[in-house]
Amino acid sequence: MIRDVDAETRRLSARFESLGAIPVSSEVLLPADTLLDLYGEDIRARAYVTPDPIRGEMVLRPDFTVPVVQKHMETRADPVKYTYAGKVFRKQESDAQRATEYVQVGFEVFDGQAPAAADAEVFAAIWDALDGAPVRAATGDIGLLIAAVKGLRTSDARKAALLRHLWRPGRFRSLLDRFCGITKVPATRSALIASKDPFADSGPEVGVRRRAEVEARIESLREDAKTAPISAEERAHVDAILGLRETMPNVLSNLRDIAMDLPGIADAVDLMAARMEAFSSAGIDVESLPFEGSYGRTTLEYYDGFVFGFYPVAGGVPVATGGRYDALTQHLGHGASAPAVGGVIRPDLLLVLGGRG
Amino acid sequence: MLKLGVPSKGRLMDKTFDWFGSRGIGLRKAGHDREYSGAVDGIDGVELVLLSASEIPRELAAGRIHLGVTGSDLIRETLVSWDSQVVELARLGFGGADLIIAVPKFWVDVDTLEDLDAAAAAFRATHGFRLRIATKYHRLTREFLKAEGVADYQLVDSQGATEGVVKNETAEAISDITSTGETLRANGLKILSDGVIHASQATLFRGRREGWSGAQRATLKELQRKLGL
Repeated sequence: MIRDVDAETRRLSARFESLGAIPVSSEVLLPADTLLDLYGEDIRARAYVTPDPIRGEMVLRPDFTVPVVQKHMETRADPVKYTYAGKVFRKQESDAQRATEYVQVGFEVFDGQAPAAADAEVFAAIWDALDGAPVRAATGDIGLLIAAVKGLRTSDARKAALLRHLWRPGRFRSLLDRFCGITKVPATRSALIASKDPFADSGPEVGVRRRAEVEARIESLREDAKTAPISAEERAHVDAILGLRETMPNVLSNLRDIAMDLPGIADAVDLMAARMEAFSSAGIDVESLPFEGSYGRTTLEYYDGFVFGFYPVAGGVPVATGGRYDALTQHLGHGASAPAVGGVIRPDLLLVLGGRG
Repeated sequence: MLKLGVPSKGRLMDKTFDWFGSRGIGLRKAGHDREYSGAVDGIDGVELVLLSASEIPRELAAGRIHLGVTGSDLIRETLVSWDSQVVELARLGFGGADLIIAVPKFWVDVDTLEDLDAAAAAFRATHGFRLRIATKYHRLTREFLKAEGVADYQLVDSQGATEGVVKNETAEAISDITSTGETLRANGLKILSDGVIHASQATLFRGRREGWSGAQRATLKELQRKLGL
């Protein structure tokens, strides 16, 4: 079986190389600070973080995206394609049956010129490499959700708060309900906003967070209290987008309607249309391709555009996943952007499913 | 033999002995006071094992003891998916303490987790690092904050005197056990109004019955009957 996974890994790598991808590798043990910085404490529940007496905290590679982006930033060639293969390690705190180490074979395209075509290239390359295995495709677009939030007629502070929690659906919902006036403001907050001397009986100033920071937040709460609620109509549009579950062409026509009322999403919808066209040109049957408005919201928060996955028809964890992560490259490139999209395949799962037979 | 793990000292041990004693099962330390061996009266086939309360979850999960009394917080903190590894037989009604999130009282703008999350975002932007929460309950705190959608914080380990970390500027907030809240107040801290992670109390647990003999199963039945469970 191990030999089979090795052979399957080589087959996938050779395939991606034949598409012009440069093979790259990465260390297995990586500095943890970058990942902690990106994902916060949640990464500790998903990756093996371990202290090193000299290097500080290290992590067993949970995926290749961060090291590959860091490699890319050394040269910044554009356009360029990469492929890699190797083990990744994931803690499985809730399900002992799930693998804690497995091989990923990846294909990444850095192309700032033609994003729609790059999305299609990656999606098609991954799908083709699955070689007819019995899978169903799932697609989504985080960029559409970002555009919908940015297009709301409300304050920048509220938009920023919603965008920050795009990947935490529970908190996103409670913030949206608050900003729509559906959830009442807690009594303690109303009292604080109305108070002439908020610091009366507040005790001594202790800690790194200073009085000026507390005052700044009180000021922002006062500003927020003056902000008109987000309309029920706009909230309904956001819900409609999150609830989309249709074929890609049907979704697109729905979105064209929604864009009449929520013009902020027009560019994102145009990009979706361009992507669908690029998919057709790449030989993908878009007529039956599913699209979910909420797809990709609960994974690690670096995808910010097109997202996809391939799932066994019989159910279970995805055999391949991927997406666009422009903001991640911008973050790791300290502001310099390098639009990128990529995907990974798990050869072990693919073998179990069986492709060509 | 059915092995029953009980905290090896202090109020928790005394109260556990009282709880069993009032139900007709005598538990006591055997030999000298400093020895950690015990004796059981009122039932045959039960062996008393005196252990640190913090070791009882692990021993139960490993099957080295069959029953154990410890804080429900320690079970949840130590064991992944605790309810698939041990079963709660009885809450004993003492050893009560809450695991809570507390922040400086002077943070008048922070009363809820929603406030904490917003303050954490601003803190990170201002100071360039994530807001630090000191705790020894890493798993419980992380799972709670994840479920509540709080971001931009980091957990820093604190194994004692956690209430002092804010004053010492090694953390901005704490996640700690409190029973009366007095130490918190003395250190200028307040509990978030929705910041109770877990209300803990001393609880009798049993491990998975994998590999138990017929005699051990019968002893458990008899013990449960005597305890009225």
